[in-house]
Amino acid sequence: MNAPLNYVPRSDFKKRTFAATQDPHLRQSFRSAMDFLMAKRQAQFPDQEAFEHLRALGEEVRRYSLSRLPELLEQLEANLTRNGVKVHWAEDAEEANAIFLEISRSHGATRLIKGKSMVSEEIELNHEMAKHGVDCLESDMGEYIVQLDGEKPSHIIMPAIHKTKEQIARLFHEKVPGVDYTDSVDELIQIGRRILRENFRDAHIGVSGVNFAVAETGSLCLVENEGNGRMCTTVPPVHIAITGIEKVVEKLEHVVPLYTLLPRSATGQAITTYFNVISGPRKPGEKDGPKEVHLILLDNGRSQAYADEQLRQTLQCIRCGACMNHCPVYTRIGGHAYGTTYPGPIGEIVSPHMMGLTATHELPFASSLCGACGDVCPVKIPIPDILMRLRREASHEAEPGRPALRGQGAGRNRLVSLAFAAWRTIYSHPGLYRLYAWAASRLNFLTPKSQLGWTASRTPLIPARQTLRDRLKNRA
Amino acid sequence: MEKRTYPGKPRDVYLYATCLVDMFHPDAGMDTVALLEREGIRVHFPRDQTCCGQPAYTSGYPEEAREVARKQLDLFPLPWPVVVPSGSCGGMMRHHYPRLFADEPEARAKALALADRVFELSEFLVHVVQVKLTDRGSAETVALHTSCSARREMGTHLTGADLLAQLCNVKLEVHGHESECCGFGGTFSLKQPDISSAMAADKVAAMQATGARGFISADCGCLLNLNHTLEARKEAFRGEHLATFLCRRTGAKP
Ligand code: SF4
Repeated sequence: MNAPLNYVPRSDFKKRTFAATQDPHLRQSFRSAMDFLMAKRQAQFPDQEAFEHLRALGEEVRRYSLSRLPELLEQLEANLTRNGVKVHWAEDAEEANAIFLEISRSHGATRLIKGKSMVSEEIELNHEMAKHGVDCLESDMGEYIVQLDGEKPSHIIMPAIHKTKEQIARLFHEKVPGVDYTDSVDELIQIGRRILRENFRDAHIGVSGVNFAVAETGSLCLVENEGNGRMCTTVPPVHIAITGIEKVVEKLEHVVPLYTLLPRSATGQAITTYFNVISGPRKPGEKDGPKEVHLILLDNGRSQAYADEQLRQTLQCIRCGACMNHCPVYTRIGGHAYGTTYPGPIGEIVSPHMMGLTATHELPFASSLCGACGDVCPVKIPIPDILMRLRREASHEAEPGRPALRGQGAGRNRLVSLAFAAWRTIYSHPGLYRLYAWAASRLNFLTPKSQLGWTASRTPLIPARQTLRDRLKNRA
Repeated sequence: MEKRTYPGKPRDVYLYATCLVDMFHPDAGMDTVALLEREGIRVHFPRDQTCCGQPAYTSGYPEEAREVARKQLDLFPLPWPVVVPSGSCGGMMRHHYPRLFADEPEARAKALALADRVFELSEFLVHVVQVKLTDRGSAETVALHTSCSARREMGTHLTGADLLAQLCNVKLEVHGHESECCGFGGTFSLKQPDISSAMAADKVAAMQATGARGFISADCGCLLNLNHTLEARKEAFRGEHLATFLCRRTGAKP
């Protein structure tokens, strides 16, 4: 089942963005999909004032939860343990995968079935399990499609958004034995359902993510539309949930504003078809449910963000995807070009903590800072401010005595630093600036005709023959 | 967008032209002066002004931005309003200066006091001058483009449209992605030319598809981005600075 992964390497972001912007099909399909999602979201928030009120509440809940993160995690662990859930802590992807493998081995499990979970993508679970002879099948339709094609999701909510109906039809016909070509969406979904049904029945372990973990009750909340999440967490005898450490909230009532915001921001739905609250394994006398439930709490760089007051806001994220739906850059290049698990604005601010700036220093610059992301974020993460901060950290080595981010300074470019040093000298000395502006305008015929990226698609910038200040002087 | 209380029409204002207007759009600066003088306002141009500091600020060089911004803080000793004919630079001074000096109480106090009297041109004309324009031009259809930050932070799409609506022979056309970024983003246009170009190309196409003759903007970065894109594409469609357009339509003489 596990096709070899052919996803793009993480270097050379520019090459990938170039390819993406030159692909009219990709441009058109992302544009229309994002237009559709933006309109649906807008319909859910017709009143801007009401939206601002609601998202202030969402922000408050997330900030409060993060302010008490260490104690809430302890409380969560204690209450989950009391409910019979086994709690594991993983520092990074390797540790998380080792826990998956260990649990699988202890049950002799070779078949896992998985509900949609971006954290499992983050640790590349399917790929890692396959190395050890454990099959991990995606059961979310979009995830199933990208897995079938050996790809990664291109969007955190709609993993196969980059594919057309015809491409999916061809994929099913080629990869699923005995399937004739059909591009009827209904038929394709029925084919998927049939295959998945059998797999739910035969799987040894079900895997899921978590949208909110409630500390006070020791409950895991799972938001989904297809019912596959409920199947994964109830049918197989063992359930393993995995989540980032930031997903904990204190009380059930804190889930309410977040769940009100999440589907509206994500898919423009007022509510999802399923909302699962998992509070432990099957109890004596109960007829169904897994006999064993595990939760893996993954750090993977989150504590680096947590340690810094400004960067901590990154962890407020509830993974709705609205920032990518509204991002003019994401709309142009799609999700794969980023080369990270999380694309778009949230990917640009969270990936540096997960992967280090050495691998991701280009991402904070892949934004025009237009601010559309920050405007729609349901928990008010100031994404543009965080991008500017990360630009600074990517461009400057750590100062002695100050905590450094992993890979800090990896994007340092001597020429750029020199250019800004020169800029500072000229523009903070008015006399120098006047001389410079006078020379640049009088000698404007000497302006270089090739101006880095600017002239890739534009005519060169040439200063006017006379600056405004000179014209005003002459007038007076 | 914040709600702001506006002062009455002043006798004097400072013009903070920005480095873009000074070097690349001096006409827009002259036209701004003409519009203000016609309203009986004396315009003062502090000669030591350079740049608001935005290029460094948004590129990850806040220390450099702070040094340049610090110099601008001292340019306006008298309590007159400061009019900025380029939206995102106005936004930088109004919204980001106080944050840039968050750790320096004295400079921060100055930044806050300055922020309070910084006005983007269209905002100033509508809310402070409460200008009444008389259109003298023939029928014309235009689109309006505002920089993202000026739109978000200062509502310049509303004040811009308000001014155009006063011109009885001017028709404003809107398109489906009005609020979407044109791809300028300061150094973004240099660092990510492919993405930036794609955004600029989509923007000029969307504006042209409305049937407008050209477009109007009070944001010099966006104007440069879109006009130089159009020039490279050998298209006749062009953007005009709002001040220039208003002068042309209402017969103000620079
Ligand atoms: S950053 Fe905000 S908008 Fe983006 S996915 Fe997270 S919660 Fe949603």
